[in-house]
Amino acid sequence: MEASSSTSHDPALFHAPLLHHPRRRSSRPLKGFAVIFGSVVFLLSLVILIVNQSPEPLASNPSSVTEAGSYSMAAQPRGIAEGVSAKSNPSLFDKVGFNWTNAMFYWQRTAYHFQPQKNWMNDPDGPLYHKGWYHLFYQYNPDSAIWGNITWGHAVSKDLIHWFYLPLAMVPDQWYDINGCWTGSATLLPDGRIVMLYTGSTNESVQVQNLAYPANLSDPLLLQWLKYPGNPVVVPPTGIEDNEFRDPTTAWLGPDGSWRITVGTRFNTTIGTALVFQTTNFSDYQLLDGVLHAVPGTGMWECVDFYPVAINGSVGLDTTALGPGIKHVLKASLDDTKVDHYAIGTYDMITDKWTPDNPEEDVGIGLKVDYGRYYASKTFFDQSKQRRILYGWVNETDTEADDLEKGWASIQTIPRSVLYDNKTGTHLLQWPVEEVESLRLNATVFKDVVVEAGSVVPLDIGTATQLDILAEFEIETLVSNSTEDEVSDCGDGAVDRNTYGPFGVLVIADDSLSELTPIYFRPLNISNGSLETYFCADETRSSKAPDVTKRVYGGKVPVLDDENYNMRVLVDHSVVESFGEGGRTVITSRVYPTEAIYGAARLFLFNNASGVNVKATLKIWEMNSAFIRPFPFEETLFQEMVAST
Amino acid sequence: MKILIVIIFAFLVCQANAFRPILLLGNQNLIERTCKQTPFYDLCIWSLKSNPESRDASVKKLAQIMVDSLKTKATETLDLIDELLQDGLALDPEMQKALTSCAERYNVIIRGDVPEINEALKTGDYKFAAKGANDAAIEANSCEIEFPTKSPLTDMNKVVHDVSVVAASIVKIIQTKFSF
Repeated sequence: MEASSSTSHDPALFHAPLLHHPRRRSSRPLKGFAVIFGSVVFLLSLVILIVNQSPEPLASNPSSVTEAGSYSMAAQPRGIAEGVSAKSNPSLFDKVGFNWTNAMFYWQRTAYHFQPQKNWMNDPDGPLYHKGWYHLFYQYNPDSAIWGNITWGHAVSKDLIHWFYLPLAMVPDQWYDINGCWTGSATLLPDGRIVMLYTGSTNESVQVQNLAYPANLSDPLLLQWLKYPGNPVVVPPTGIEDNEFRDPTTAWLGPDGSWRITVGTRFNTTIGTALVFQTTNFSDYQLLDGVLHAVPGTGMWECVDFYPVAINGSVGLDTTALGPGIKHVLKASLDDTKVDHYAIGTYDMITDKWTPDNPEEDVGIGLKVDYGRYYASKTFFDQSKQRRILYGWVNETDTEADDLEKGWASIQTIPRSVLYDNKTGTHLLQWPVEEVESLRLNATVFKDVVVEAGSVVPLDIGTATQLDILAEFEIETLVSNSTEDEVSDCGDGAVDRNTYGPFGVLVIADDSLSELTPIYFRPLNISNGSLETYFCADETRSSKAPDVTKRVYGGKVPVLDDENYNMRVLVDHSVVESFGEGGRTVITSRVYPTEAIYGAARLFLFNNASGVNVKATLKIWEMNSAFIRPFPFEETLFQEMVAST
Repeated sequence: MKILIVIIFAFLVCQANAFRPILLLGNQNLIERTCKQTPFYDLCIWSLKSNPESRDASVKKLAQIMVDSLKTKATETLDLIDELLQDGLALDPEMQKALTSCAERYNVIIRGDVPEINEALKTGDYKFAAKGANDAAIEANSCEIEFPTKSPLTDMNKVVHDVSVVAASIVKIIQTKFSF
């Protein structure tokens, strides 16, 4: 044995150090590690200290702030900053307050459109038909004419026109909806039960989906609603923002016998998305892989609606309907632009995916449900008349000060029946429900009225504030050839003349035409006499009041070769609903005239084209009021008493 | 070994202080980045930085601070209007009419717009926050133009208007920003 062998190979010597210096061997790697760690920390700190030395940016220029509470007039907007220009809201700099009178405000209230007696309303909720009554629930603020404290208002009607106000259906009284009972939808189950899914804003402002159901199904008025004790039933899934997850839809039955709903959200802030959840009992849900559909660049999808339409365009369909001869409509309210869009496509019930017929007109980038002041629309299946009915919210376009002063804000459109337009194959047709015709009083017919290029023709119909107008127009060309027009939608309104248009009617106009609202067709010559037509509503001269929003609204309307130009216009004080070509293109407008009110309101035909005469045939009805009022509980009681004696 | 650990520990404690300026620097960057996206950068910076709560604030909190500033400025303006109206004998009827109208508008800002913005920010339905902020700007501007000749409220109307516009811009930033 050689004593000079190295210690690392001699087992005897290996063990000895362990006995006498227990931590020596293991301390060596630890010490090395500590040195390395310490060096790294030291170097990092050096780097950070150096970076910290860079001078702090100056606070605001002290000379531009004179004293607390005032601000120098010399300070100018900083210029076109990222995405926000001082001119991006030009209207904010121009508006002047108007001295509204009570008479003007009172005139603005509609005669036959639904609106609560007072205060703020927005999205329609949970529409359904049950035991002879149509139900309208709606986002409602019981305390003010401005959005806030959102509850579910409630009204019922036997005919979608004559509504009765009922007590509030739901109020924010649970932790899971204490910050608002927001929008939701109803599902009618085959066994007769009704389930309501709605979004609640929780005590921590998280958007969750909750379940509610009628306390008493045999109550035709569905007055009382109960909330499921196990709420919420769906919370934002992982990866979905707490504040961008709302408005559950009516459920549809899948081929596997379980139900599906869709809820709108967004990915990466810009990709509008519809998620699909599956359930068998409406209290337990599973998020399905993938999404129903998503469209980049459209932002958050609110109030998603998803429903089938019959290709033959004859009847409405139950939400669960599937099979050949059926297409599906996907609709979303775009939070970023406050516009309702839809697209027609095909639903694959196996993969739970929907694809648009035309990807270039996908949801959010193509057709609009309504080209005017309209949002948060929602459909339901009316099983009594086999119709798909569409409710839509119409906000005010005046200032909140005006709303507070007059004590109310917002109306609902006349409910519309929705059908697939099998003549074009690309559009839906919306038409006011036929029950609105029960309001028609005397009719006046005008046949073949010639309106020459650049002229206005008054129509003598008496009071022009509550009207149902059906109008057809024929063009008589005056010029042999015309130049091509630049395609520019509705242009600058009715003053923007072309060879073939604009022509139409002037509603809520006064005799001197100091206030008027043109509703019109604008055919443009896009090539060799082939025309592309726009259907438009021009609010720019609807009122002398400078502080209301007055825009030109409208969109393209297909006019087929064998069709003439036809429109229907419902006029009801401060709202005008205009339907082009049987409802292919629809525009809702709000107008707040100061002079063309009460007996001073008139109706005109106009033709501002330069190269055509127009021949118009119209049928015009004066419309009765719908006398919307609180449900007459005492009357019913009295009648029952009388009947029982 | 013990000494080494003590040294390292002391070292780390010293470095922790070095890290703190970064947090401040980080949030100053957020305030600046946010204000750059508004049309009134200086006003935005001044309003936010003069509030200590902006130190570690998220963009949403910055919006809330701006709304508080709006409420404060609007209340100061309304107080001034009330004072001017109390000098009733000295006022000509047109001035009185304009001031009364302005008082209504500022009531709308304080009792209508500000609560709407706050509730919308809290509950995450941001379009109503934008609506309220935009409306406040309109009300302030409408007040200013009520006066046929010289307005006694020009400076204050401009502040309220500009603060509202800044608040609306910040709301827009929140809407387009991913948040958890």
